[in-house]
Amino acid sequence: MDTRNKREIIKVDQLRRNFVVGGETVKALRSVSFTIHEGEFVTIMGTSGSGKSTLLNILGCLDTPSSGDYILDGVSVKDMSKNERAVTRNRKIGFVFQNYNLLPKTTSIENVELPLLYNPNIKAKQREAMAIKALEAVGLQDRLYHKSNQMSGGQQQRVAIARALVNDPVIVLADEATGNLDTRTSFSILVLFQELHARGRTIIFVTHNPDLAAYSSRNIVLRDGKVVSDVVNPNPASAKDVFDALPVENE
Amino acid sequence: MNLGNLLKIALKALNNNKMRCFLTMLGIIIGVASVITMLAIGQGSKNSIKAQISEMGSNMIMIHPGNMQRGGVRQSSDDMQTLEVADYEAIKENAKYISAISPSVNSGGQFINGNNNYPSTIYGITPDYLDIRKVKVKEGDIFDEQDIKTAAKVCLLGKTVVDNLFPEGENPIGRVVRFNKIPLTVIGVLEEKGTNSMGMDQDDVVLAPYTTIMKRVLAIDYIQGLFASALDEAHTDEAIDEITGILRERHKLNEEADDDFEIRSQQELSQMMNSTSDMMTVLLACIAGISLLVGGIGIMNIMYVSVTERTREIGLRMSIGARGIDILSQFLIEAVIISVTGGIIGVVIGALASWLVNMVAHWPVYIQVYSVVLSFAVCTVTGVFFGWYPAKKAANLDPIEAIRYE
Repeated sequence: MDTRNKREIIKVDQLRRNFVVGGETVKALRSVSFTIHEGEFVTIMGTSGSGKSTLLNILGCLDTPSSGDYILDGVSVKDMSKNERAVTRNRKIGFVFQNYNLLPKTTSIENVELPLLYNPNIKAKQREAMAIKALEAVGLQDRLYHKSNQMSGGQQQRVAIARALVNDPVIVLADEATGNLDTRTSFSILVLFQELHARGRTIIFVTHNPDLAAYSSRNIVLRDGKVVSDVVNPNPASAKDVFDALPVENE
Repeated sequence: MNLGNLLKIALKALNNNKMRCFLTMLGIIIGVASVITMLAIGQGSKNSIKAQISEMGSNMIMIHPGNMQRGGVRQSSDDMQTLEVADYEAIKENAKYISAISPSVNSGGQFINGNNNYPSTIYGITPDYLDIRKVKVKEGDIFDEQDIKTAAKVCLLGKTVVDNLFPEGENPIGRVVRFNKIPLTVIGVLEEKGTNSMGMDQDDVVLAPYTTIMKRVLAIDYIQGLFASALDEAHTDEAIDEITGILRERHKLNEEADDDFEIRSQQELSQMMNSTSDMMTVLLACIAGISLLVGGIGIMNIMYVSVTERTREIGLRMSIGARGIDILSQFLIEAVIISVTGGIIGVVIGALASWLVNMVAHWPVYIQVYSVVLSFAVCTVTGVFFGWYPAKKAANLDPIEAIRYE
């Protein structure tokens, strides 16, 4: 993909993050640098302990680096206060978690509206319209008023993705978003991510599963806190083809 | 973050946790309701004691002859003859702190009406006595000044005497009953008073002009005592001083001499009874206070557990952009809603329970405004304070740890 004229969404430069555990300093990230442009679908891979969770936390403005720079959508996150980072998360980032993290006993539309409730610039009327639009984007237009406990895992993850999209973020961060799902449902979620990518969304998908690299446009592999490979994949495989080929389970 | 959104978030969160919400409220409800009920019972009994005392005439003053020594021998007050009708007239004429006064002479004896007879006591008095002792005439009328002047042979009967002399239920008014062979025309019947707090039958009484008793029954020229009413309870002491002054002057007692009479008021009795009921109120307030405390601990407990239980929810809210202050506000609003709602329900249940105590156990109850305000305030403050602490804890959570909390 030609990225020369695209906007830089994420730029990390010599990112380091140290933790002090029991008097010993653990170096979770040792000088990580890369740039992600608008419209990329990046998978970040690594085994546990590779530092991918730490990287995700920093990219998601939940954590700050010990040293190095992180520029999100042209703004340096490093020197932001706690509250400024919260506002940044609210306006620029969409999170998708492995275990969905929906509010229990709450309808899809209310779950999706949640980030907008923390944004005082958005009026109640807009809120509902935006939530419906986001749910339509993930194919749940007929599940608007279902409660989270009345839906399957795949549907719940779609609600979570709609919640990540509702504030029109510059980046969607998915953390093992298919980790809790069976193969068929995993692929349906992957299909959704590819569709979102095709519509221009910038996505970072953190996973330990190497098979998923084939479906993204770029793959970054972390090991021991360092980037060991950063490969652009010019022809991502179609998740939809695989999904269609999978046998439909009839029990 | 505006308040409307916060309120919406808090209400949704409460709605999602109805059971926890209810349990938290229960602590407040029980605390508030028990404080209100117990204080209502305490105050009710205090009021009823007060009413009983004022029924007997809380501003009543009794004057008896007394403390007269003759050659070093103390005498029984019955034999003393130091009070005279002239004393009564002097007090009536000169005392400013007295609203009513009546001499008192009495005699026990057998009352006879045809075949029925009954032993009772006849009191010789003036019509003022009715005001002093809070006695009312049910039927007929009290005698007048003319009857007192002429020592008229008339009387008023208490209910117990009526029941025993007229067992068939005849109207006693206009009938003649005999007391120690003296015929007395019944001109009135007294309203029933029941037994007093000492268990004495207050209806076992016959009233007649004091002159009638002095001249026709006892044949004496002195009076056995005086009943008076102070203007009100607060002026009892002044009234006593005034009467003492008048009597000492009339009896020509010099500085060193002891009083040859004795004055008593109802205040001593009323103080004693009040201190008993005060003790009960304090006891009930202690119990109520403990239940408030237990309620508060319950609130704290559930609020605290709820933060732990909702760690993931807090983490999620933070990761989608809630600031620490937003989380703190949400938890505080939840605590306020729970506390205030619980407080209001507690007030209602406390009022109902008080009413029930009154209906079922027939205990007097009286709900005071201060007990409602106090218990409501204490519970609300407890709820909000114990809600604030875990809320603060929640607001300071690290979103990374919170979102991954299992």
